[in-house]
Amino acid sequence: MLKDITIGQYIPGDTPIHNLDPRIKIIITFAFIAALFFINKFFGYLFVVAFMIMAVGLSKIPVRYIFKGLKPLLVIILLTVALNIFMTEGEVIYTIWKLRITKEGLIQAAFMALRLIFLITGASLLTLTTSPISLTDGIEKLLNPLRSIGVPAHELAMMMTIALRFIPTLLEETDKIMKAQMARGADFETGNIISRARAMVPLLVPLFISAFRRADELALAMEARCYRGGENRTRMKQLSIEFRDYMALIITIVFFLAILWSRYFVK
Amino acid sequence: MPIKVENLVHIYSKDTVFQHVALDDVSFTIEDGEFIGLIGHTGSGKSTLIQHLNGLLKPTSGKIYIDDVDINSKDVELKFIRQKVGLVFQYPEHQLFEETVYKDVAFGPTNLKLSDGEIKDRVKNSLELVGLNYEEIKDKSPFDLSGGQKRRVAIAGVLAMRPKILILDEPTAGLDPRGRDEILNEIKSLHKKEKITIILVSHRMEDIARLVDRILVLNKGKIQFFDTPSRIFKEAETLESIGLGIPQVSDLIRQLRKRGFPIEDCISVEEAKNAIINVLRGKKNA
Repeated sequence: MLKDITIGQYIPGDTPIHNLDPRIKIIITFAFIAALFFINKFFGYLFVVAFMIMAVGLSKIPVRYIFKGLKPLLVIILLTVALNIFMTEGEVIYTIWKLRITKEGLIQAAFMALRLIFLITGASLLTLTTSPISLTDGIEKLLNPLRSIGVPAHELAMMMTIALRFIPTLLEETDKIMKAQMARGADFETGNIISRARAMVPLLVPLFISAFRRADELALAMEARCYRGGENRTRMKQLSIEFRDYMALIITIVFFLAILWSRYFVK
Repeated sequence: MPIKVENLVHIYSKDTVFQHVALDDVSFTIEDGEFIGLIGHTGSGKSTLIQHLNGLLKPTSGKIYIDDVDINSKDVELKFIRQKVGLVFQYPEHQLFEETVYKDVAFGPTNLKLSDGEIKDRVKNSLELVGLNYEEIKDKSPFDLSGGQKRRVAIAGVLAMRPKILILDEPTAGLDPRGRDEILNEIKSLHKKEKITIILVSHRMEDIARLVDRILVLNKGKIQFFDTPSRIFKEAETLESIGLGIPQVSDLIRQLRKRGFPIEDCISVEEAKNAIINVLRGKKNA
């Protein structure tokens, strides 16, 4: 049941998208998200669709996975749509009880829904095609210039790496302890909120203990290998910007300019 | 309470890129009171198989009958199945959570909503079955115990459910040789005293060869052998090819016989010692 969580899941592959430098991928994703907020007419989404089709096609990630990321956020999308439909002032086309549906509202709702859907799918394409390790590597490198103003780039990246590394471990552990307690007759599924919360105790206590034990062991193992933080630390795999990264950047810039053009120059 | 498994298939993450067939058309029957060893290399499907036996995992296809009841049919309460089939996971001490040993062992019986007297009886009895002194240990925190004691308390926690079938997944993992022998001997005497069916999962032939009636060998999700230890050890080459091997002493006997020593198969050191002495004495007399 816990294995259904797909946000942040990485699907390994050897495609132009997988092989892009993580820094470039992060920058492109942010540019893509920024571009979404510049769009002010449906026509602009044509560029987004084209861009997404190209990126997803190149990445060879099954489309199913891209949309899976939307599932947990469905409620938020539906709420946004509902609020926009009913709360926007304008030309009334239909009235249910006291709620008025306006033409402007419908347009606004469709607009917001599309923006959210593309935002989520774009971001999940990043995590689907980038391993957590290279993602944090990229973030560390991008944050590096900020070190002079006191941002602990390496430490932040290391914390992220460790946190990401332990998500599957903790999920597995939770699954295991849950099963062990269920084998002793524990019931996590029925009862009211209070009895369910109490049923969590046999799960949470062992989970906390094992999380602390793991943290202890990891700290010891890192110290034993002389880890002392980011100062003067070198890497085995150096990131390097290649021809395909420049290509991807150029395509993104063209895409961004097209969006700006659709906003300011198309009537 | 026989266990019958028919054409069991389990596929993890079906229809995704991570699809993995863990069990492939597994069928077998285990009779009442048998002591079964389940052995296989890492990833052979042992853990997956045992989790099916008390309904923690649902088969992708196939049927499991405990006592002639299909445990995955809709009108079966899994709680009763889980009470009948006790499952001790690997490193069971990681499931301890209560303030005292007593409360932790009582967790199972309390979930069964038994009377306080009955619970007390069961806790006392289970702790004694695993070789712990009830009076001495009942008020201690489980987290203050030694590794071997913690594991015993955790096993007692499952025994307190009074299962008719007890499944232990690598109960000796991470213990020193003495702790390992102690636990195995306690399991053996438990089997004798309580007359329950026991399935012992291990990847060490040494541990299970001298204890069990029959050994079920899993290889890549399929049953390779299901037979008595002495007959399985005749297949030493196949066992080695799937990464298992036979106990050292059985291997020694085999080597001796190859060199013309008239000796029968043995599975324990004691047996082998006597057999070798007998052969040597016989030679002298002749």
